[in-house]
Amino acid sequence: MVENVGTLFQWLIFLGVAFVSILASLLVITRKNPIHSAVFLVLTFLCVAVLYLLLYSQFIAIIQIIVYAGAIVTLILFVIMLLDLEEELRSGLKLLYSKVLGSALAVLFLFAIIYSVAAMPLTGKLGPYPPGKLSQNVKTIGEVLFTRYLFPFEIVSVLLVAAIVGAVVLSKRKK
Amino acid sequence: MAIPSVPPVLFLILSGILFTIGVIGALTRRNAIIVFICIEMMLNAVNLTFITLSRFLQSMDGVIFAFFVMAVAAAEAAVGLAIFVMIYRSRGTINIDEINLLKW
Repeated sequence: MVENVGTLFQWLIFLGVAFVSILASLLVITRKNPIHSAVFLVLTFLCVAVLYLLLYSQFIAIIQIIVYAGAIVTLILFVIMLLDLEEELRSGLKLLYSKVLGSALAVLFLFAIIYSVAAMPLTGKLGPYPPGKLSQNVKTIGEVLFTRYLFPFEIVSVLLVAAIVGAVVLSKRKK
Repeated sequence: MAIPSVPPVLFLILSGILFTIGVIGALTRRNAIIVFICIEMMLNAVNLTFITLSRFLQSMDGVIFAFFVMAVAAAEAAVGLAIFVMIYRSRGTINIDEINLLKW
């Protein structure tokens, strides 16, 4: 009975968060003011972070809030305020044949995804990390990241340095 | 009677819906920053797929991949927004219908 209550809460949280995240992402692509889009983007990211918690990934949920909802959206908001986008506000959403066609193809793609995930059950070999082990998340991720994935980790650090240098060089005002 | 827990299919369908909304936004909006936001949303949907499969296949690889995707997204945000600022300085607009030349 106690497990039933827990599962019921999982369902309630999943359904509520899924509804809010779909609504927020629809608002992101329909608002005319880019600031509103960025703020609804934060809401989408927070909902996805709650879904990560449901999937026993606390580390990724925290990183999601810090990096995405914190750093990237702040950067986007700064750039929106730096640029004077008044004329973009008025142009808004214009319907053209190419856009309708593109959206129809995207919806078709969604149906393909739904069919492909619903037609077959999840197959594949189970790994050595059951939920009990996954829930000690940071320790396990650290162990895997610094042993098996050490080389990609170093490559990512080089990539981040290159991105910092590139951003500084690009945004420097030329004399 | 026991309630079954949330199946992976629902998470995957939700991530597909978020990805499709991102695709539609990137195709229909003309403001480069909104297109960029939609790309971030698509990356996020893919991360949700990685985490879901990592949870239900009981493996750690998906979590590590999601971590790398986030690092690449941060690098992309820094460089991409710097490019937007530069384009705005030289052309006075970031409407992607008007930015159609690689060199001018």
